[in-house]
Amino acid sequence: MNAFGSVLRRDLLLATRRKSEVLTALFFFMIVVSLFPLGIGPESAILRRIAPGVLWVAALLAAMLSLNRLFAGDYQDGTLEQLALSPTPLALLVGGKILAHWLTSGLPLVVLAPVLGLQFDLPAEALGVMMLSLLLGTPLLSLIGAIGAALTLGVRGGGVLLSLLVLPLYIPTLIFGAGAVEAYTAGLGAGANLSLLGALLALAVFFAPWAATAALRIALE
Amino acid sequence: MTPSSINWFKFAAPARFYPLAGRLWPWFAAIGTLLGLVGLWISFFVAPTDFQQGEGYRIIFIHVPASWMSMFIYCVMAFYALLGVTFNTRLAGMMSSALAPTGALFAFLSLWTGALWGKPMWGTWWVWDARLTSELILFFLYVGYIALTAAIDDPRRADKAGFIVSLVGVVNVPVIYFSVKWWNTLHQGASVSLTKAPSMATTMLLGMLIMALAFWAYTIAMALYRVRAIILERERNATWVAELPEMKS
Repeated sequence: MNAFGSVLRRDLLLATRRKSEVLTALFFFMIVVSLFPLGIGPESAILRRIAPGVLWVAALLAAMLSLNRLFAGDYQDGTLEQLALSPTPLALLVGGKILAHWLTSGLPLVVLAPVLGLQFDLPAEALGVMMLSLLLGTPLLSLIGAIGAALTLGVRGGGVLLSLLVLPLYIPTLIFGAGAVEAYTAGLGAGANLSLLGALLALAVFFAPWAATAALRIALE
Repeated sequence: MTPSSINWFKFAAPARFYPLAGRLWPWFAAIGTLLGLVGLWISFFVAPTDFQQGEGYRIIFIHVPASWMSMFIYCVMAFYALLGVTFNTRLAGMMSSALAPTGALFAFLSLWTGALWGKPMWGTWWVWDARLTSELILFFLYVGYIALTAAIDDPRRADKAGFIVSLVGVVNVPVIYFSVKWWNTLHQGASVSLTKAPSMATTMLLGMLIMALAFWAYTIAMALYRVRAIILERERNATWVAELPEMKS
């Protein structure tokens, strides 16, 4: 557990030293979301209708952009090999890295989403549900993305390949995440969608670090 | 406990599997062609015209078996992935990558014929029905698998990465299917459902089953044919390859 904490602390420290990488993904999120009203038109009825989907798709893309830096730096400078050699199970250390990735790329999206939701004229309660669904969903994006990032490590054209591998697997998260807000505004209650997101998250917390570790070991062979 | 007299791993060695595949694939190709001709004859000349859908319904003789095969091949790939992960046999990865293009072909064929069928029946090329959407995602999963294994130069590494992709994919396919299904009921998208189709006449069912068997035989023949090429490519430096009669001539 000590090793888990130190990997987490190290990755967070690295992220604070390279602020531009973290901020770029955040600004990407804001720009993508702001493009939709420009493309579709400023009628608030339509914007309110599409807001959950737009915010979620933008969050998906922003999370995917930052996946490249999850393992790539450590792979290039050999840190990853040292981690693999350590007596602590690699899956636990990978879990620490995934948590750090979520804290630097997922959590800021959760905080930022209500502000962007206001641009789309979402009511206050719907913004709360939106935040809750992102809070449950963005860790899932980091966890599933870690498998893809580990698989495409050191592979030609890794970035595009990563999106091809990971985006189909993101679809359930997108559906339940955006569905929670839509169900809430339709008066159905967001409970079912949020529970399903939570169930997926519980499954992914258990399986994803393990699958990502198996993929990392292939890359390190 | 007496040790089993069957050596389960006998044909796991590429050197032994290569001649076996060479002997088997022409048979499966012949069976596939024969069954395909019989199936097409039944579906075009014997099966009666549907009283609701007219002649256009005959597309399902290709469409339904293609969809079945596209899903089934993914499961077979996951099975080989499991074998490859547990026993670390080289042949598992070769079979997996030999099956992938055929699976992608059937997924594409299923989408394509589905669109052709949807236009006269539903009046639209595409609806966001749960089955259509998950078939599309399955097609993306195949493409992702092929792209990843093609991007890694070392074949053993490519195989192992492919194992993880197909195992993660096979766990996700039911999740994706149900998520799309529930999403669809929330949106009230498609008003036409495939499950409400009228029950089929026996000859129609027979035609469809024969076509499905033909596609099975085609898949096996293609996979064996392709795996022979993959074996030759990867084992080109081995002595047993140099001693093959077709290499000497």
